[in-house]
Amino acid sequence: MGKIFRVGKEARFSYYERVKGKVFVKKKAGVLDPEGATIQKALLNLGYREVGAVRSGRVFELELETENPKEAEEKLREMARRLLANPVIEEFRVELEDGVKN
Amino acid sequence: MVTFPGSNCDYDCYHVVQDVVRQPAVYLWHKEHHFDNCDVIILPGGFAHGDYLRTGAIARFSPIMREVVDFAMRGGLVIGICNGFQILCEAGLLPGALLRNRSLRFLHRPVYLRVEKNDTPFTNAYRKDQVLKMLAAHGDGCYYNTPEEIKKLEAGGQVLFRYCDREGNVTEAANPNGSLNNIAGIVNSSGNVMGLMPHPDRAAEAILGSADGAGIFFSMVARFAGLVVA
Repeated sequence: MGKIFRVGKEARFSYYERVKGKVFVKKKAGVLDPEGATIQKALLNLGYREVGAVRSGRVFELELETENPKEAEEKLREMARRLLANPVIEEFRVELEDGVKN
Repeated sequence: MVTFPGSNCDYDCYHVVQDVVRQPAVYLWHKEHHFDNCDVIILPGGFAHGDYLRTGAIARFSPIMREVVDFAMRGGLVIGICNGFQILCEAGLLPGALLRNRSLRFLHRPVYLRVEKNDTPFTNAYRKDQVLKMLAAHGDGCYYNTPEEIKKLEAGGQVLFRYCDREGNVTEAANPNGSLNNIAGIVNSSGNVMGLMPHPDRAAEAILGSADGAGIFFSMVARFAGLVVA
């Protein structure tokens, strides 16, 4: 069937549905995370005394042109392994957006 | 000298090689696919590709890096300074990773380094345990690796430089960024790829406050001149 998508200012035609996915990257346990420690301190200073350990990380939201969620997930893992995360210091998990048709 | 978009010490390195140790130097743009007749490849300091994602993470996929990896595999001498060290780690040419400084602050001041090993192509101009003064200028300089890998590095004599105090004592207080075992510079297991966080290129002439860094460049010259076996 196909569909028109916007890519920036351009319109692009694709036969595939888009699958949206997320890659969550954070430091492995045991790897120094001074940002997390600083955020923890700030939260405690704000009076959130229930706050324990804080680990910081980042999330990448990606759109993939594919009709196959399983393939999309595999691709996301591959991208995370090769670029988005550094396996020496970071771990990741991937997630596909709920409600993906196909 | 490889220039990535965002490199800012390529000219410093060029100047040291050309004017201090008086060897011919050339710039290599990161998009180039070939280089000939180079004895040493230097990945200079800076902020290649804006340090986006992680320091060195994008630069390692620059076209020239494929050549640099080949060159290193053939035994060519490669040295990465500061951002160059980060790129070599991301490229897998050196083990480990460089994390955000423990203080979360950009560190820009002279530091002292102790020479741990002088039988290498990069350090033969120094004495073992010699204390060097060089300039540190980095935000992500905290050397990290897994405990097993650190053990391997230490056992294999791959740690070339450690942060120390003026007298050469390796102490926690002399560790400016939280690096494990005060590691400032390492070499790969085959001994031809070195990474160093502080800048020898910014400490290679007395007018800059220290000429200690020039020894690294002179060491490589001595090695090619056949003056040393290492």
